[in-house]
Amino acid sequence: MSEVLIEGGLVLGPSGPVEADVLVREGRVVEVGRALTAPDADRLDARGCWVGPGFVDIHAHFREPGHEYKEDIASGSAAAAAGGYTAVVAMPNTQPAIDSGHLARYVADRGREVGLVEVVPSGAISEGRLGEKLSHVDELWAAGVRIFTDDGDTVADAGLLRRSMEYVAQLGGVIAQHAIDSGLAAGGHMNEGLVSSRMGMQGVPSLAEEIVIARDLALVRATCVRYHVQHVSSAGAVALIAAAKSEGLAVTAEVTPHHLTFTDVEVRSMNPVFKMMPPLRTETDVAALREALADGVIDCVATDHAPHADHEKDTTFEDAPFGVTGLEWAAAAVHTAVGLDIERFFARMSSGPALVAQLADRHGQPVGVGSHANLVVFDPTAATVAETTRSQSSNSPYLGRSWTGAVRFTLLAGVVTHASVGVPS
Amino acid sequence: MRHLLTTEGLARAEIESFLDDADEFVEVLSRPIPKVPALRGKTVATMFFESSTRTKMSFEKAVKALSADTMSFSPGTSALKKGESLKDTVLTIKAMGLDAMIVRHSDTGAAWRVAEWAQVPVINGGDGQHQHPTQALLDCLTLRRHFGPLDGLRIGIVGDIRHSRVARSDVFAMSTLGAEVTLVSPPTLLPLDTTGWPVKTTSNLDDILTELDVVYLLRVQAERGGASVFPSYAEYRQRFGLTRERFNRLKPDSVVLHPGPMIRGVEIDAAVADDSRALVLDQVANGVAVRMAVLFQLLGGERSE
Repeated sequence: MSEVLIEGGLVLGPSGPVEADVLVREGRVVEVGRALTAPDADRLDARGCWVGPGFVDIHAHFREPGHEYKEDIASGSAAAAAGGYTAVVAMPNTQPAIDSGHLARYVADRGREVGLVEVVPSGAISEGRLGEKLSHVDELWAAGVRIFTDDGDTVADAGLLRRSMEYVAQLGGVIAQHAIDSGLAAGGHMNEGLVSSRMGMQGVPSLAEEIVIARDLALVRATCVRYHVQHVSSAGAVALIAAAKSEGLAVTAEVTPHHLTFTDVEVRSMNPVFKMMPPLRTETDVAALREALADGVIDCVATDHAPHADHEKDTTFEDAPFGVTGLEWAAAAVHTAVGLDIERFFARMSSGPALVAQLADRHGQPVGVGSHANLVVFDPTAATVAETTRSQSSNSPYLGRSWTGAVRFTLLAGVVTHASVGVPS
Repeated sequence: MRHLLTTEGLARAEIESFLDDADEFVEVLSRPIPKVPALRGKTVATMFFESSTRTKMSFEKAVKALSADTMSFSPGTSALKKGESLKDTVLTIKAMGLDAMIVRHSDTGAAWRVAEWAQVPVINGGDGQHQHPTQALLDCLTLRRHFGPLDGLRIGIVGDIRHSRVARSDVFAMSTLGAEVTLVSPPTLLPLDTTGWPVKTTSNLDDILTELDVVYLLRVQAERGGASVFPSYAEYRQRFGLTRERFNRLKPDSVVLHPGPMIRGVEIDAAVADDSRALVLDQVANGVAVRMAVLFQLLGGERSE
């Protein structure tokens, strides 16, 4: 296998950032130091860039099987690699839902065949995601599933949720909740508040999220399960998570780049690229989310990359489905919105999510001799305009806008999976 | 490309210019042959994705009185039912050749989306619970023809504000013309947050009744779950209905407006609806003239007289 030499970057090593070259061979980092020479290596220019563990997205929709007209594992993987990701947890709301072992293995196998990122399946909590009976949890676990979620829907039945928490806790897995109370959210398309009042549109109040989290936390106390809150959107939800963490509960949380970037004012454009669940909220919420990501109350960034075909978004805001894409620009958007230093940036983009998804044995590792060569080279100062996408769908609020930061190279197991500038073959 | 999508942000001069032209068209409509050749050769499509009788008829009458042709679209028989996207529907109809589109839809922002795709002037004929700008213009025309300039006029808009595109349109047009607007509504039918709206709000009609020059009644919209957001129609009438008794307490020169259809015995007593100070039928007549003015301006019609 060939060697790759990453030259001249600021490298996030085990004891902090160092200016160094990184030599990669056979899927591992073999040397970190100044002015390394490797005559046969492919050389990657990382001057002015951060070199760290590849990003890990614990929340993306690759739509395969069942909705390949929106996205498939190949196109989703290409978008992920371009976004600097080396691992992606695929959500189970496919057709059929990933609720049994062979389906989970199919997703992982397709990911390996494509070979651009490690595609890690998550599994449904309930069979068919119907919220009625437990999915095939043991089979899913054996197939490598660690995150269990009915994402897209909330597990509303507290009895079912409690039983799934008890079962998954015993295995050591994670229950991840898409926390939206369907009664409070009924008929809603955007944040409930000043803007929705002006637009005459039915809203989804922050309460819809907070009520579910508050209820779930009571069950977490009773079951001691590892509980993860997906796509936190409101200041109230942040406060609940902060309190649960200080109480010592095994609670983690993610935030999307779009909730860190945009507010409900964008909905005034009438453009469905600003429609997702939970909805974009207010400046107060965005400020709370940014602060929570910076100080670690929120553990990680997750994209909630949710492709929908153009024809599904070529309609009114209310008629359009929820969800937007974002894998390719997530890092730049987060960097633009929050401006974390190199250590916290990789903590929230790479090591944090790797820990939640139990992938830390191979992803999110500091770059040191012997570490897995799942790496990203990120230029924190480049000004970039998002112009095209590798996803099959273009329902993205990032397209057409300029961002600070760009992914230069991505390496999976030592192999370059993305290069934004000419790379020797 | 000029559209008419919302009254929010319309300048006073723009509104007045529509009303000035509409005054002329009121005169045209009173002639033995109520028709001018201003838009001869133009084609206007009425695209009503949400059913409507009177607004559609009013627009069609306006188009014909300007000597343009109409094409109409009704969703019941359209390809939308077969799964075609809204954009494809719009582009298909556009390809038949037309000069403007009038769009009504049950979703907020539909006319904005159509305007983005169609590349012809678009008139919002009502989008969800958001805007209905020609309704606001016809209301302003009715009031201006009755009172003169609206400056200082005290207008109470009474009823289901939360679900009303008429209220959202009137508030901005009327206040831009200098009127003082108060929204009167049960708390469950007031928009959640009206910060920044040029209005006062109250839940007590009787508090302001005697100050009002205009009582603008909104229909109690049963189809929006009306009865579940206040105790009963009888109680609604008691607190918010323009009963005969309340009507008698109004200032003698005040008037009553209603966008129709009226539910007699709920928001308005029958005797009030039939009183000469209820300008409901003037509103309907002025609606044709206002829509002529809007079409005339957006389509760059030529004056022939």
